[in-house]
This record gives sequence, C-alpha cells and structure tokens, in this order.
Amino acid sequence: MKSDIILAGVGGQGIISIAAAIGGAALHENLHMKQAEVHGMSQRGGAVQSTLRVSSKPIASDLIAYGSADMIVSLEPMESLRYLSYLKPDGWVITNAVPFVNITDYPELEDVYAEIKKRSNHVIIDAEEIAGQVATKRAANMVMLGAASNFIDIPLESIKEGIRQIFGRKGEEITNSNIDAMLAGREAAQKFL
Amino acid sequence: MGKLLMLGDEAIAQAGLDAGMSGMYAYPGTPSTEIMEYVQKSKQAKENGVHAKWSANEKTSMEAALGMSYAGKRAMCAMKHVGLNVAADAFINSAITGVNGGLIVVSADDPSMHSSQNEQDNRFYGKFAQIPILEPANQQEAYNMVHYGFEISEKFKVPVLMRITTRLAHSRSGVETITPKAQNELVLPRDPMQFILLPSVARKNYKTLLSNFDNFISASEESQFNEFIDASDKSLGIITCGIAYNYLVENYEDQKVPYPVLRIGQYPLPKAKIKHIMETCDEVLVVEDGYPMVEEMLKGYLGKEKVRGRLDGSLPRDGELNPNLVLAAIHKETFTLDPIPSTVANRLPAMCKGCGHIDAYVALNEALLEHGKGRVFADIGCYTLGAYEPYQAISTCVDMGASITMAKGAADAGLVPSVAVIGDSTFTHSGITGLIDAVIGNSPITVVISDNYTTGMTGGQDSAALGRIEQICEGVGVDPAHIRVFHPTPANHDQMVELLKEELAYPGVSVVIPRRQCIQTMKNKELVTKVKELGLNKK
Ligand SMILES: Cc1ncc(C[n+]2csc(CCOP(=O)(O)OP(=O)(O)O)c2C)c(N)n1
Repeated sequence: MKSDIILAGVGGQGIISIAAAIGGAALHENLHMKQAEVHGMSQRGGAVQSTLRVSSKPIASDLIAYGSADMIVSLEPMESLRYLSYLKPDGWVITNAVPFVNITDYPELEDVYAEIKKRSNHVIIDAEEIAGQVATKRAANMVMLGAASNFIDIPLESIKEGIRQIFGRKGEEITNSNIDAMLAGREAAQKFL
Repeated sequence: MGKLLMLGDEAIAQAGLDAGMSGMYAYPGTPSTEIMEYVQKSKQAKENGVHAKWSANEKTSMEAALGMSYAGKRAMCAMKHVGLNVAADAFINSAITGVNGGLIVVSADDPSMHSSQNEQDNRFYGKFAQIPILEPANQQEAYNMVHYGFEISEKFKVPVLMRITTRLAHSRSGVETITPKAQNELVLPRDPMQFILLPSVARKNYKTLLSNFDNFISASEESQFNEFIDASDKSLGIITCGIAYNYLVENYEDQKVPYPVLRIGQYPLPKAKIKHIMETCDEVLVVEDGYPMVEEMLKGYLGKEKVRGRLDGSLPRDGELNPNLVLAAIHKETFTLDPIPSTVANRLPAMCKGCGHIDAYVALNEALLEHGKGRVFADIGCYTLGAYEPYQAISTCVDMGASITMAKGAADAGLVPSVAVIGDSTFTHSGITGLIDAVIGNSPITVVISDNYTTGMTGGQDSAALGRIEQICEGVGVDPAHIRVFHPTPANHDQMVELLKEELAYPGVSVVIPRRQCIQTMKNKELVTKVKELGLNKK
C-alpha cells in the first residue's frame, strides 16, 4: 500500500494530531512512514501544511512530489485549495466546511466551495457539528481523520489504536469520545463515495 | 536499543546522548530548536547529568561547548544557520585550537526561508574552517553520523560540522538506536599550549590543521556516507548532497536510478570517487539543497566542465529542491507549477489576539504621529510581525540585535528621534553591547524592550533576560530616570502614549519596557510562578 497525504489548516488548529494518529496506525501495521511538520514562524495563525507518507515499501523523500498526493485533508476549506498542485488528478480533497476567518480578505465561502467541487473527488463535511454531536467540537480534527480513513488502506482497528496512543494518557473517556468522533467522520464522508 | 519515531532534530539529540555527550549547548532558532528541547526533556540526559540549559546566544553556546571539549568531554552545539554568523569567531578559531573531547556543531539551514531572513548554506563555513562536514540524507543517517562524527572529531582532534536542513530537522521517521556509551573522563589537553592562540601557537596549529586535510579527504573516500552506486546509462552521472538524494530516487521505481549516482554525506569531497564519476559519464548533474557549492567546485569559475546544476539553470538558483525539479533537470525540461486558485487569499502569520506587543505598537504608532514615519528600527521576534497591516509599525529587521545599533546610526545621521524595538530574549542575545555604544555616544534614541518573559517566536523557551532588564540597563549606564516600565493593555493606552512621548522628547538614551507575559506561555506553570516570585506583573 501507499498513501501520500497533505494535511492543511491554520497554525494552531491541530493538524499534527491527525498526522500522529495515522502515523501511530502505520507503525502498528509495521508500515514505513515519513511525516514532515511545520514548526516556527507560520504556526502563528498562518497557513500551515504537513505531509504524511505511509507505504509498505521504503520511502525516500520527506516531501511529496507535485501531482502525486493521494489526498488533501484540510481543517479549513480555503486552505484545502492552497495545495491542489500536490494532488494527483484523481486524488481526493477532504475538507472541513467551517471557515477559519482571521484575515480581512477571506473570499466568499460559496466561491471556495465551488472551487473545491471542481474536483469530482471531494468530501466537504461540517466537522465541528459532527464532532459536537458525538463528542465535543474540539474533536473536529478526529472527524476529519475519520473522513480520510475511508481512503487509506489501513484497517480501522489500527486507526483506533493510533488514536489510543495519542489520547491514552488522558483516560478512557476522552479516548473513546475521540474514537467516536473519528467513526462519525468516517460515516459522514461515505455519502461522497 | 529499538526503533523510535523521531524528528531529524530528535535523532541528533538522542544520538548525542547515546554517544556519551556530556553537554548540549544552544540558543533557540528554527529549525534547530528541537535538538536542545529533546535533551531537556530526556530522562537519560537527566540521569547522566548532561548539561542542557539554553545559552544567551550562539557565540556563548559555541564557546561553552569548546570549553567542555577542552576538559576532555564530548559536547554538541546546535543553532540555526544565521546563528553560525554570530558564533563564527569562536567556530573558525575552534578549528585552529582543535578539540580535546569530541565536538560537533550542528547547523540547521533553512532553504526557501520557511522561518528565516536568508537561506545561507553553512557548508561554506565548514569549508572556510577547513574541517570535516557531515550532511545526512535521513533521520537514521543523522543518528549514525553523530556517533561517527564524535569518533572522527576525537581521532583528528578537530570540531566537526553537521549540516541539516528544515526538511530533515522537522520530519519524523523511524530510527534504530544503539546501546549508549559512557561519557568521557575529565582530562586536560595533552599539550598545555594547544588552546592558547598566540600567533606562535596559532601558526603551528594552523599548519597541523592544513596537513590534516589529506587525512580528511581519505576519511571521506572510505566513508560509508559517500556511496557510489553504479548503473549502465553513462550519458549522465548524478552527484547528490545530503537530503537531495531522496528527491532523486523518489522518481524511480524501487529507488533504482538508471544513471551512476554518487551520494555525498561527508566533506571534504572524496576526490577519487568524484574523479571517477566525472571521467566515466558524459555529463554530471549536481543536486544540492542550498547554494551551488559542490557544483561550482567541479565546474570551476570559468565553467569549463560538463557540469550541470543550479548555475546553468538546470535547477533553480534558489529555494528548496523537490522530486519534480530533480526529474525535470535530468530530462532537461522545465517544471512549472499549477498556480494556486485565485479565490485563495494569503494567510500570513500574525501576532496572537491579546498579545502585549500589539498594545505597545498601537501606543508607539500614536506617540510617533507628530514625528512621521520611518523611525522604528525593529529586531527579530514575534514583534517583527508588526511590519504587516494593520500596524505597519516598523521600518527594519535585519539580524538579532540590529535594532538598537541601527537606531543609533540613524540618530548619528540626524534622524531624531529614532526608536529601537527589541524583545527581551533578543536583548540579552545581542542587544546589550549595542546599548553600551548608545550610552557612550549619548545617542538620542528610545529603546523599547518589549518584555514577554520568553523567547516567543521559537516556541516559548526560557529568556535569559527574565527579571534583570532594568538592572542590565542601569549597569551599562542608562540613567535610571529614563528606564520606564509599563503594562501594555488597551486600558492603559493613553498613559503609554504619554510616557512614550516624554521619552521621545528626551535627548539621550531612554529605555521603555512594555511588560506583559506572552499569552502562549500562560500554561507554563514554572514560568508563571517565577514571574510572581520576581514581582514582575505590576500593573
Ligand atoms: C542569530 C539568530 N538566532 C536565532 C534566531 C531565531 N529567532 C528568531 S526570533 C527569536 C526569538 C526572539 O525572542 P524575543 O526577542 O524575546 O521576542 P518574542 O518572539 O518573544 O516576541 C529567535 C531566537 C535568529 N533569527 N537569529
């Protein structure tokens, strides 16, 4: 298997937890992985991106080549568009529908959605609402992880294991509510398949 | 000892601990910061009493590491690329003194300037100092190279430079570690004159360094990190440096490149291996992240050799490489990127909501209205983001410490009042000496030291200035009547403007200290307690 994933969002939104969960799942499956993070200046409310590569064969580059990513997973709709050049033609854009507006010239939301829908392979879900229904709004990133999990060839059990590794220290309840959020996101995305 | 998922930075730190390093010395700077942070959090480091405190700047960290080496122990010093400019005097001279205990200097370069003011390639510093350089391609190699680096440092009695880039520093991958080694015993240099760089000694030491250069080349020739991988298609040979190897093999099924490849991980360059690939291939493409250092060495200034790379336009002259660019260079094509859809707006980093720097800038902007624009010399830190809208509060940002000295120079030229804006950590990094210049010249400048008790931009590390800024300013001769502290909040706005106006009118050096804790550090209990103990949060 091979999954090249671009994770996108705004500094502070927590894309790293998604990467860590998939990374944990990959290790649990004994797969190779590389995960490039963004530290430093852009963490201050700027656009941030992280790449995650998982494969059954050794991985060379920390960067994903342009035009070859299997999916973009974004916690914010406009940010999902910033990295389209990385996506392969039939790759998936999987994004949260809720905008993060910390700039004065944020575009019309309808235009953003229209641009995303130009890609026939897209998933747009309201991650915060879904998270709020089964856990808390803060678990929106786990909802997005769940949505993405439909497209990653890793057994669901291992994805759960990845989440347990991150939240295990915080106790059973928090771990389970994050797993619930993931499962809800996974289901919500299936109507786009 | 098992496989761990580690950032490149973390692999280097863990390797240092496993190689029996006794001290880690550093000043924060992206992308090097996580090396020290890892050692600070490590149980292994604590149990073995490994030094792990931040230094005031890169020069002091380099010198302390050299001192530890003098005492026979292994030391590591890590910094971002521009930090080596600050540490350069110590670094270059450490090649002349040589070492006693092993010494590795890690330079984390930042091609494409993800978080920096330039993309300088510090391999040139290694070349300049005429010492071995190690440049890993991945996290595992970074780990292995630290062990090897300490060995050759002690074998050749020279410091070793390890050069990494952002991509490796901040990427996580599985790393296999080995059983830790014990630390060195405390032992003085055999030659008591070795570290005394009087001309008579320096001349002798320098000759020793030069005579060692052939040994460095031999080591490179035999090094496992300089591997020649032969292939049948000799129409092209490819030389890759460090991480660039990954961008090459990424393009081929099972990483099998049809052309001969020489991957470089250790310098000086292995002469025989270079000669071989140059002689057996019709053309040679050099792929290196950073400046075209190897390319220019092989090509010569006149460009006589059949060498391609960044200089002839096969690859872009600046910026970080990627697999697409390397493939295009092999096929003599140009790679163009699909543009970002026009609906997408820029989202630049910004100061946090509620940050004290903001209130200080809003007041400063108002206090300066009557004097006009172009008078604020800023420095490097979160407050540099005051350059953007809606504040547009500053006119310069050059290097750490340059705010005070540039304000002084501008005031010397007649731009009065001139204002410097500097953060607390930057002030102790390299602002104090400039303040001494200003005091001696009785320069009519206002120095705003925006104190948030931390090194904010790099993630909230300790600030050496905590609780001692007024003392320092007084100590270097600033009149206590013109050292003034305020609590920057919107409620205090009018009071701040008044105070700033008074100091702007003063025809000598004044220091104004807007003081409020960085909101990102509010969860740092240790800091909150310390601030309380020091009684800093007076409103
Ligand atoms: C020579 C050098 N070393 C390190 C850095 C990295 N760096 C950039 S900003 C900064 C922190 C500045 O802290 P402070 O002055 O307290 O300002 P704050 O970010 O907290 O507002 C550092 C260490 C650099 N740019 N140059």
